[in-house]
Amino acid sequence: MRDLSDTETAPRLTQGGRIDRSRPLTFTFDGRTLTGFAGDTLASALLANGIHLAGRSFKVHRPRGLVGHRENEPNALMRLGTGDRLTPNLPATLVELTDGLVAESQNRWPSLKYDLQAASGLLKPMFPAGFYYKTFMWPAAFWEKLYEPAIRRAAGLGRATTAPDPDRYERGFKHCDLLVVGAGPAGLTAALWAGRAGLHVILADQDSELGGSLLTERSTIDGEPASLWVDRVAGELARLDTVEVMPRTSVFGYYDHNILGAVERLPTAEHGARERYWRIEAGRVTLAAGALERPIPFPDNDRPGIMLASAVRAYLNRWAVRTGTRAVVFANNDDGFSTARDLSQAGIAVTLVDSRADAELPRALTGLEVTLHRGRTIVGSKGRHRVSAVTLDDGTRLPCDLVAVAGGWNPVVNLHSQTGARPRWDSIRDCFVPGQPRQNESSVGACAGRFTTAEAIQDGAHAAVEAIRALGKPVPELDLPVPEDPPAGRGEALWYVGGRDSHTFLDPQHDVTVADVKLAHREGYRSVEHMKRYTTLGMATDQGRFGNVNGMAVMAEARGLSVAEVGTTTFRPPYTPVSVGALAGRKRQRTFMPLRRSPLHDWAADRGAIFAEAGLWQRSRAFPQAGESLREAAFRETTQTRTHVGICDVSTLGKIDIQGPDAPELLNRVYTNGWKRLAVGRARYGLMLREDGHVMDDGTTSCLAEGHYHMTTTTGQAPKVMSHLEWCLQALWPELDVQVQSVTDQWAGLAVAGPNSRALLQRLLPGVDLSNAAFPFMGVGRYALAGGVPLRLFRISFSGELAYEVNVPADYGPALADKLLELGEDLGAIPYGLEALDVMRIEKGHVTAGELDGRTTAADLGMAGLMSSKKDFIGRVLAQRPGMADPSRPRLVGLQCADGDERIRAGSHLLPTGTQTTIDFDEGWVSSATWSPTFGRHIALGFLKNGGERMGEVVRAVDLVRGHDVQVEVVSPHFYDPEGTRQRG
Amino acid sequence: MRIPCPVCGARPSEEFTYRGDARPVRPPMDSSDQGAWVDYLFFRDDERGRIKEQWQHTGGCRAWIVVDRDTATHAVHGSELARDAAEGGQA
Repeated sequence: MRDLSDTETAPRLTQGGRIDRSRPLTFTFDGRTLTGFAGDTLASALLANGIHLAGRSFKVHRPRGLVGHRENEPNALMRLGTGDRLTPNLPATLVELTDGLVAESQNRWPSLKYDLQAASGLLKPMFPAGFYYKTFMWPAAFWEKLYEPAIRRAAGLGRATTAPDPDRYERGFKHCDLLVVGAGPAGLTAALWAGRAGLHVILADQDSELGGSLLTERSTIDGEPASLWVDRVAGELARLDTVEVMPRTSVFGYYDHNILGAVERLPTAEHGARERYWRIEAGRVTLAAGALERPIPFPDNDRPGIMLASAVRAYLNRWAVRTGTRAVVFANNDDGFSTARDLSQAGIAVTLVDSRADAELPRALTGLEVTLHRGRTIVGSKGRHRVSAVTLDDGTRLPCDLVAVAGGWNPVVNLHSQTGARPRWDSIRDCFVPGQPRQNESSVGACAGRFTTAEAIQDGAHAAVEAIRALGKPVPELDLPVPEDPPAGRGEALWYVGGRDSHTFLDPQHDVTVADVKLAHREGYRSVEHMKRYTTLGMATDQGRFGNVNGMAVMAEARGLSVAEVGTTTFRPPYTPVSVGALAGRKRQRTFMPLRRSPLHDWAADRGAIFAEAGLWQRSRAFPQAGESLREAAFRETTQTRTHVGICDVSTLGKIDIQGPDAPELLNRVYTNGWKRLAVGRARYGLMLREDGHVMDDGTTSCLAEGHYHMTTTTGQAPKVMSHLEWCLQALWPELDVQVQSVTDQWAGLAVAGPNSRALLQRLLPGVDLSNAAFPFMGVGRYALAGGVPLRLFRISFSGELAYEVNVPADYGPALADKLLELGEDLGAIPYGLEALDVMRIEKGHVTAGELDGRTTAADLGMAGLMSSKKDFIGRVLAQRPGMADPSRPRLVGLQCADGDERIRAGSHLLPTGTQTTIDFDEGWVSSATWSPTFGRHIALGFLKNGGERMGEVVRAVDLVRGHDVQVEVVSPHFYDPEGTRQRG
Repeated sequence: MRIPCPVCGARPSEEFTYRGDARPVRPPMDSSDQGAWVDYLFFRDDERGRIKEQWQHTGGCRAWIVVDRDTATHAVHGSELARDAAEGGQA
């Protein structure tokens, strides 16, 4: 164990880097308290504490260390937080270090160092490619009882909490002329020049700091350290009014019409929110997301301490962390030289293993003690929890505690590919580069395979000029800075080092090896899309960022094709993991959907109402008195209404105001029955069909004045009916001179039902003659209350009683309800709710949502008589299709318990008596059921084959789910007052 | 997607409700030809490429519109009010 107090060998350098040594931060990792500095990521802080071992692999639980420094980290997936605030599977490289951060490694038990399941590392042959699919083929019983539970325990990445998320998330829209994704040299240049020209620019980068690769490399621009140029540009961008700089913002999805999804992480909870999901609508998009270094997989390449060279340089240059004391750099290109230079200058002994036979140490390395093994590869490594030595193909053994691997670069073509564009293989640079754009976007710099800083700056400027020209604005004079790049020679393709393929890892997260890809090839999974799914290469959080291109090259080799010919897999959003909370935003719990409340909601709540959800609406179910259950309240309200008078909030019914000379013609076309002769001051029941002939909705429509109608719909279908009428008037019959307007929210509605309802309303409207002769059933009147408050009175009944519906402007609803109860006190007036309303309509045989379920015809409902034969209406022709007109279809019937007092359940199937209980004998169903306080027994409505001809027959109502099987008698659905004398009296 | 509403301008597609292919022609009201109605209501070509579609701006001005959209690329080439399309079609 090294002495960490020894500054000569301590991982953290005493100077340099972009960390703030004056601001130490304390955090815990697996229960150990550690310190880092402001500017650290969790990954750099762990390495600064000498910690490489950061996770266990998914299948075989091998110890795994930090490999990358960006979103390409496959191993160090952490669970962050405590209690309710737990976020699993976050790469430590993308977590900004904060004071008090609590991080835990995943996928290990009991501890990271002594993982018991690591024994399965010896059993790697147990988990070959296609393991899941092959296992599924085994006997199903074995799978369920044995394999699945075992695998579920062993597998899976981190675990989330099941507690509700205490944090808040927000969601917003942004628009811009130019969205620049990535704030490296290319992105900064594009944003700067476009911003100077006055374009509305959004510059987004997932990092907490702008600069991209300039932060991690020792490059210079205009002769000074590149970080000074970055700071100057960042300063100017902050001053430009039209430029919005969004650090800590991951653009993860690229959708149609240049709409992109981004998640902004808020370092300190702003207004209580932790993350914001932005939907960005961009005129143009410049993709400057850079490139990710790829590995050179070699046997035993998964030991902690074996890292990507770019990450080794980044930790050293940006975070002042020496990731080892004795390094082997393994490269197939010139990045090996800059890695060797940076490490050597930091006092680390370096041996460079270059696969190129003609590699020559450049002048930059003159005077540094770097040993070069040219034309050599690494064929093995040693070490338990940390690499301790590597072996070269010539047998040379090199002791080391760090291996920096530089295998070339993969441009981040993911967002480009998400648009449906096809990346193409660049055989000069050996990488996939963006292809023909499908949207208004271009890729620049390393993101386009142009890896030098000079190319990045040129590309960024070019993208800005294109965007400025596209908007017809004057292009500012370009005065581009001059970076100094190390001379880059051509690397050679080296996709993996052969030898022991089963120990040569392409995807350390999923333990996918070169052998697995070759096995997939032998077993016929040769398309890269098939191979990916068969081997799980690059799945889950990795999304192909680490070893996918290497894997495709292995497949290409096995098939005897080029990488260009086997192609790449399709990239889909999200590019990096996005928390579900951010996508949901505020659409959760109470704010998941809009909530609709009747104007009488508070009035009902004050009177002890229990509410029920009906779609978006909250409706009062019943008004229980002290000691009363909901059922008892509903039955009391039913009886009181039937014997005296009750008032019920029916404000949620859809109300549509229809005006215009052609209004009767519209009604005639959308309803099945005739409307041309409806007189002013009269209401009529109507049935509306869909084009396919099924019933869409029912309701009453009243003629308020010549050319002025008031339509009501069921609560649930109101939006659909409104849209339907708009469709009819705009698309089908624009020649009709009619206007429709939803007025559901404008009017409060109260049903006043019961034998005393006339007397009650007479007290409210003393000057109006409400006698049966003057105001008969289906009569309509418009009056004014004191102060001129308009009131509409409709004599319609849903309960079967003498009843009215009263509408007043919404805000007057509670006052009217109070007044009615006050005026009706000696008449026995009470409020009743949805439950009593439902009981009474079942007793009366009126249909509602349970019967109008979108599958029933007018004839099924016993309303064939409402289908006019004298006019054309929507649904007329298709309602006559043989299947729709079949007389043996299930028809609406009433059902009552044949003997005893057993409950009938809605949803039961109707079967004849004396048959087996199978679907073959199914003859219908129960649509609505209730206990009837009026008749003192259970009754129901249902649909029964040939129902009209089976009155008096006994059938079974069977509910196998809830274990009910009752004998029911088929009766008329009109249990209550079938002649209608009460409602007409 | 963004859908251009002739009344409100380009708006997010979430504000709109999709109905379907705008090209099938509804038989005349007085037609009793079941086959014609079945064709109109149930049969669609599901073409790849530019087609006319019906959408309603339900979260906006409530206009029914006809959108010229490419089903393969989702590119939108324009839109008009269903009312204008219907009147144009009859003329």
